[in-house]
Amino acid sequence: MKSLKIICPNGHLGFAPLKVESFRLGVAAKPDYIAADSGSDDIGPVPLGTDTCASPAAWQEHDLEHMLLAARELGVPMLIGSAGDTGTNSRVDMYVEMIRKIARRHDLPPFRIGWFYSEVDRELVRAQISSGHAVAGLDARPDLTEDELDATTRVVAMAGVHPFVELLAQDCDVIIGGRSSDSAIFAAPALFHGFPEAQAYYLGKVLECASFCAEPYGAKETVLGEITNDWVEVTAMHPGQRCTVASVAGHAMYERSNPYHEYVAGGLLDMTDCHYQQVSEKTTRVTGMRFVPATELRVKLEGSGKVGERFVGMAGIRDPYTIANVDEVIAWSRAQVVERFGPEGWELHYNVFGRDGIMGPLEPLRDQPGHELLVVVQGLAPTREMAEEVTMTGTRQLFYARLPDVKGTAGGVSFVLDEVLPASPAHRWTLNHTMRIDNPLSLFPTQTATIGEAATSDA
Amino acid sequence: MTTMKLSDLAKTIRSKNAGTDKITFDVIFREAAAYEQVKRSRALTRQSVSQLLKINPNRITDFVEYDPAYAIKFTILRDRPSGSAGDGDIFGAQQYAPLLDVEIELDN
Repeated sequence: MKSLKIICPNGHLGFAPLKVESFRLGVAAKPDYIAADSGSDDIGPVPLGTDTCASPAAWQEHDLEHMLLAARELGVPMLIGSAGDTGTNSRVDMYVEMIRKIARRHDLPPFRIGWFYSEVDRELVRAQISSGHAVAGLDARPDLTEDELDATTRVVAMAGVHPFVELLAQDCDVIIGGRSSDSAIFAAPALFHGFPEAQAYYLGKVLECASFCAEPYGAKETVLGEITNDWVEVTAMHPGQRCTVASVAGHAMYERSNPYHEYVAGGLLDMTDCHYQQVSEKTTRVTGMRFVPATELRVKLEGSGKVGERFVGMAGIRDPYTIANVDEVIAWSRAQVVERFGPEGWELHYNVFGRDGIMGPLEPLRDQPGHELLVVVQGLAPTREMAEEVTMTGTRQLFYARLPDVKGTAGGVSFVLDEVLPASPAHRWTLNHTMRIDNPLSLFPTQTATIGEAATSDA
Repeated sequence: MTTMKLSDLAKTIRSKNAGTDKITFDVIFREAAAYEQVKRSRALTRQSVSQLLKINPNRITDFVEYDPAYAIKFTILRDRPSGSAGDGDIFGAQQYAPLLDVEIELDN
């Protein structure tokens, strides 16, 4: 095989639906693979902690349906990574079931599906710590402690190319991955067909966010990547978009702390000496990427732990004197909660929009609040009942705050709703670490089945 | 000395999560001239950015002048992981605003 073509229709499948027109143009270009990443840690720690999706099932199924029908029509494999936003086991099972449903609905001829799981038993992580193999913190985090592990509800490992390559070797037509490194989903087929690691991982890096590597800005449009032993080319499929030197080079920066280096399970993609060349109106060619294999195989772990049940309240402030003293107003409310529940066992969080609700301590204009403020109150506690009362007290007592010189003595804040609203349980990212593994497949058990056989033994 | 706002010189000024513990900022220029001008002005450096955001410079994990894309990029550690209760910007997508008004001294 001299070159391999992959199309990617969506940078986060399910989060918003793919755009059909450019996807069909991509399919018409006769790609060898259709692939997309469905995960992100941008959505915060709640979906992983509660084992839920951030995306509606209808949008996920919309994209899976377009991709599956196109892949079967062309007779090429389809790969999905990080099923259902988080890539937990239940999300993988859910996507496999969606594929079965779509196949039945369209009466598709039989095909082979493979999937793998990424959830990691906490006891396995504990055993690593006990045996003296540090579970190393990323991004200035300390190494994982058993206490922090105990505070964790669920852990997923970030798969590299290995389980995808394994399932391709088993002739799977559709692969549904648990939590996966986004570039691995595209690098895997390229490696499977013998292309070099540097070009393969670069192909993954440039394709994983679909049209984010094109201009003008427009998300959820299909792009096509082509790999050879010497270069990677990327082409925008939308009639109004182009992949330019600026857009492709610029994309190397996107959501990465450093534009030159991308770490994957098994090594480092080094883009320091990448050279970008516009080869036609919509296509940019990239050369000069390098791959530095890792001396030790380490896999990234993500973990989320529950902090408490949560309610949310809101209060507005228009009186300039109250605005100037909003911290005292908040302190008063907090004190009422302390009086009721004691100093510990609950949390109150106040975001003061109109002052620093978005940036917090980073806000340079904190001393220039607007003429009206919105205070968003989050109350956390072990039970829903207590969380509701903490939040209600922390919100309603803003109304009764005692400021010495306030003119308005009939109520210190405005309410859009005189109630507090149930929210998702609060979680926090407890793990952003790496763990040493010997066998790159050991954490990612694979399974296969045939869908659409007359006697559907597995369905 | 004439000055211009960064927002009048740059094509893109944005911020976004880089993983769960960091936010990365990209300032991208349309052409080499504006990019080189801003680099020469020294208005965007580890020092100036840490002052603007009132953070210790050691919270800036990366600061890169990225010639292939005419871009200046830096990354900071969050004070708590994204999506923790009280985080006002789970995606980190609205943290760039103070960069818009940074004054750039023009040398020609």
